[in-house]
Amino acid sequence: MDEIDCKIINILQNGFPVCAAPYRQAAAQLGLTEQELIARLKALLDSGALTRFGPLYNAERMGGALTLAAVKAPEDRFDEIAGIINSFPEAAHNYARSHELNMWFVLATETPGQILQTITAIEQQTGLTVYNMPKIKEYFVNLKLEA
Amino acid sequence: MIVDVKDRQLLEAFQQGLAISPRPYADLGNRLGLSENEVIERLDRLKQAGLIKRLGVIVRHRKLGYRANAMVVWDIPDEQAREFGRRISSFEFVTLCYRRPRHGAGWPYNLYCMIHGKNRETVLEQLSVLEQACKLSGFKREILFSRRCFKQRGAIYQNAAPLIQPALANG
Repeated sequence: MDEIDCKIINILQNGFPVCAAPYRQAAAQLGLTEQELIARLKALLDSGALTRFGPLYNAERMGGALTLAAVKAPEDRFDEIAGIINSFPEAAHNYARSHELNMWFVLATETPGQILQTITAIEQQTGLTVYNMPKIKEYFVNLKLEA
Repeated sequence: MIVDVKDRQLLEAFQQGLAISPRPYADLGNRLGLSENEVIERLDRLKQAGLIKRLGVIVRHRKLGYRANAMVVWDIPDEQAREFGRRISSFEFVTLCYRRPRHGAGWPYNLYCMIHGKNRETVLEQLSVLEQACKLSGFKREILFSRRCFKQRGAIYQNAAPLIQPALANG
């Protein structure tokens, strides 16, 4: 990745036009030609630096629900517990963290009621208590990582 | 706003990503039997209604060198949580900031923030800047660094119902 790639990533994290020729418009803002921007974005996607090029939806406005949850997985059952949780399609992310509550995962479901159903199912299959940490309030941040 | 069947089909197709070609919204429309104009009008409306939160590049933070990710949690008196949440979230290196419920004496924390950094030292330095500037040092606090990422997936779409993008809610 060179300076131009970094600039593309930094600028296009802020938004992308919805118009007939959006790459041409974005390229002009970046001082590139449309073809250059297209070629570079393809390369960034191929290299895995970008997960996707497209939209992020607001789960709640879609009628869906999200929560953050955690369990205290015993060290000797760690991989087994991770396997059970990851087998749920509702589990979006799962991270091991340094704490007694050592496994933290996000559940995403189509309806709010399914969050509790999924938590109950995970508790039944793992035998562990699931700590449900739904958001009460989100404070706005500029979700952007400098490349 | 009313999200009709065509909107849903559009959102489903769109979440897989925008084509990287000169007329991407026309390409999207071709797959759904919509004109380019109709796609643009519908997407504008969905953006304005807040269903589409962001549009653009979605980065894989580890690939950009952001290898340390800390979830920092504080026990803040409820009546002050809002003010501290606003202060914390104003820092550029804070990627998420939420108020969440406490869970008894074992988990008294109610304010969460995520700091993504290139390494742990940077994250800890940033945290110390944050704590000084926000006057957070008197509160009980823990730092939970991520050790392993087991699963990170993008958007999901199930059963032609709502679409969900978990974003970076945890990672």
